[in-house]
Amino acid sequence: MDAIAHFFGAIPFELLLIQTVNGIVTGMILALVASGLTLIFGIMDVVNFAHGELFMIGAYIGVVVLATTGNFWLALVISTLLVGLLGAAMQILTLRPLIGRDPLTTILATFGISLILQNYALWQFGPTSRKLPEPITSSFTLFYLQYPWYRIVITVISAAIIGSFWAFLKYSKFGVWIRATTQDRVMAQAMGIPVPWVYTGVFALGAAMAGASGMLFGPLGSINHTMGLDWVLKAFIVVVVGGMGNLGGSIVAAIFISLLEAYAAIWVSPAQAVIVSFIVLILTLLFRPTGLFVSISK
Amino acid sequence: MSDQTAEPLVKVDGLHTYYGKSHILHGVSLTVGHGEVVGLLGRNGVGKSTTLKTIIGLVDAAQGSILFEGRSIAKMPPHKLAQIGIGYVPEDRRIFRLLTVMENLRTGLDRTGVTEARKKELLDKAFSYFPRLAERRNQAGGTLSGGEQQMLAIARAMMLEPKIILLDEPTEGLMPRMVSQIRNIVDVLHKEGVAILLVEQNVPLTLEASQRIYVMEKGEVRHHCAASEISVDHPVIKQYLGV
Amino acid sequence: MTLASLDRISPRKGRLSHTTVFWMVFAVIMALLVIAPFVLPVFWLKFLTEILIWGLLAMSSDLLLGYTGLISFGHSVFFGLGMYGAAGALLHSHPANLWLAILCGLAGAGGAALFVAYFSTRLRDVYFAITTLIFAQIFYVIIFTWTSVTGGENGLIFSRPHFAIPFLVDFKFDRYTMHWFVLALVAGSYVLLRRITRSPFGMVLQSIRENEARTRAIGYPVDRYKIVAVMLSGLFAGLAGVLYAVQNEFAAPDFVFFITSGDTIIFNVMGGIGTLVGPIVGAGFFQLLRELLSRLFGDQFPYLIPVGMVFIVMIIFLPQGLMGWARRWLNQ
Repeated sequence: MDAIAHFFGAIPFELLLIQTVNGIVTGMILALVASGLTLIFGIMDVVNFAHGELFMIGAYIGVVVLATTGNFWLALVISTLLVGLLGAAMQILTLRPLIGRDPLTTILATFGISLILQNYALWQFGPTSRKLPEPITSSFTLFYLQYPWYRIVITVISAAIIGSFWAFLKYSKFGVWIRATTQDRVMAQAMGIPVPWVYTGVFALGAAMAGASGMLFGPLGSINHTMGLDWVLKAFIVVVVGGMGNLGGSIVAAIFISLLEAYAAIWVSPAQAVIVSFIVLILTLLFRPTGLFVSISK
Repeated sequence: MSDQTAEPLVKVDGLHTYYGKSHILHGVSLTVGHGEVVGLLGRNGVGKSTTLKTIIGLVDAAQGSILFEGRSIAKMPPHKLAQIGIGYVPEDRRIFRLLTVMENLRTGLDRTGVTEARKKELLDKAFSYFPRLAERRNQAGGTLSGGEQQMLAIARAMMLEPKIILLDEPTEGLMPRMVSQIRNIVDVLHKEGVAILLVEQNVPLTLEASQRIYVMEKGEVRHHCAASEISVDHPVIKQYLGV
Repeated sequence: MTLASLDRISPRKGRLSHTTVFWMVFAVIMALLVIAPFVLPVFWLKFLTEILIWGLLAMSSDLLLGYTGLISFGHSVFFGLGMYGAAGALLHSHPANLWLAILCGLAGAGGAALFVAYFSTRLRDVYFAITTLIFAQIFYVIIFTWTSVTGGENGLIFSRPHFAIPFLVDFKFDRYTMHWFVLALVAGSYVLLRRITRSPFGMVLQSIRENEARTRAIGYPVDRYKIVAVMLSGLFAGLAGVLYAVQNEFAAPDFVFFITSGDTIIFNVMGGIGTLVGPIVGAGFFQLLRELLSRLFGDQFPYLIPVGMVFIVMIIFLPQGLMGWARRWLNQ
């Protein structure tokens, strides 16, 4: 017992707090990615294997627009809109013809899209990583660290996007349509709701959220054609742990997993900390295969 | 009986429908006039519900024509049909269970070209017919009783300002008090000029509420007459509906 | 998805039964493949041998994709562990023993398949794709970072073992014998897989694909069937990994990366899933397409962009793949 107490006692309180902040920052970005994924799954029963690539394309569009306009926030808006449009085009061209077919075909189709997008990015931008500068360079003192304000800003923006998305689902006409379609696609059609366009809209929304998160995350890491993989894998873990198609559960799971990884990074390297989320996934599959946080929003 | 010489509101001709390989409708033909209540009688599984589903486009017709106000609607998607004035109240009601009563109604109200004033009018009218729904407007649809869900399903279809409502077994499993309420609402809708194609097992109610009836068996219309020409103990009723 | 099996073609009217025709065609193709080393130049022979290996991997994946209705992104793991299992055996046995390599490769792939299957079949079908992808990443990270055992990024390099049966033969593989050895194992695997898919066990798998709930309701332990299917599939994928390692004399982490699984899925869709032969055809088509594109436009050409487009178009318009298309064309 003493050894354990000593072990935990050895962690400085400050470090624990810093890692909590770090965990929440990445948790909110992950929540944004996972929300789009779980929205698309919940409504259309489509697992979007190209979600990580939409995230990556969002960051690259940011790089290009920033280089031409010099304005980060403008780049954020443009990349969100363009990735949303890309999502709509993807849905109309590849997923709409598959409506009514085996759901597995949609997995194959989105996998094909991820292949195209990833190789397009490699071809267009080359294998060397790009950097996005932080739009806000000031920082504040967090114990012994100069903590960048930008990270706090991302967290707030992500939370704001998720919050307004939630309000949109709850109160807007389109939100009511989306929820009605989720519950009963056939009856929604019989009530005059243009279900094929609801699908397109939902896919565009989910894609736009992935694009926005790619752009927001951009300055924290390096931008390359494979960056989507880490995020989509984590987002998949989040939606399994949170209960697939369950928005509230995904958000809680995103923050939970990111916090665990941040704490694990106190002892091991960040690369190895990824193992923590794998362990959470395996435990979830073992004990609560329908999701750890299912009861939270239902 | 409404004017039969004019173009009927709905004209179904020689409809064949399949579920996979099983042949359900074998050439159903019927008409519904403007503002007319038409009963569709028959035992379970003779294709009454399938006829309604085919008209609203949820099931594709393999053969035959469906005309609405003279134009063909057989290839139109269901949401377009709802927009041009065909309301559908399915057999199992299919309330959006997680949506509130208000949100259920909004699915039919949030169409393009409906002013806020008109929306309020439609809601007020529905709530005056179904005061229970007004009381429960913020309650989830899934928490309502069977009768209340039926009311909501009808009210929801009314939000479309339909020219015709396809009403599938509205009284199934309801208490007698609720049944008479449903009976009243059919009359009210009729007075407002809404046509109704009513599928029912309750023969006396159908004969009372409708102007004309069709009797179906094995996916075909076997008998067709004015509701006033026939009574519950008529041989036709005995033959096709008697137990 | 309509998954028409070749084996389900109704026999056409004629004197020969369907089975006889099948085995005749099989014999002709085998004969062509056997004499291939005498005809093909060195490059194309190796190309063909590798297509056979990729075809075996694709067939193994077809057992899940085409017959059970599960999309596996875990085949890179089974293939990769086959490679590393073989590599480990070859590096630690003196003299390097081919049979031990096969055994270790199969053990590695089978063990990984059991692990992946146990967890991935606990959820409904769409999750299978997700969880196998995640497991592919876990195994990749482990193999990539566990440098002391796996050689990390550089992988393991070894020399090809002899083909030896005690007291009978012992010779060094050359490109002829290597090709024949691969051909024998791939053909044997094909016959075995064909047996499996047409056995009562295979019928249950197909019934799971068509309607899992009903199969469960009839009383079949669906989860156990799926686990066995994944294990069988993993063993054949592992065999492909062993063959690839022996042919190329190395094991590398790149092959454990999920991209290999993705290629396998593309082979299946292009060739025609649920046909076993289709995936081999698909592997050949894919490799030829890649070779053709890089010869036309250079090595830097992102051949996966057009390949991805063809892949999507085929999913939408040609869900039965090249085999289905060829069959329809032949019937006309």
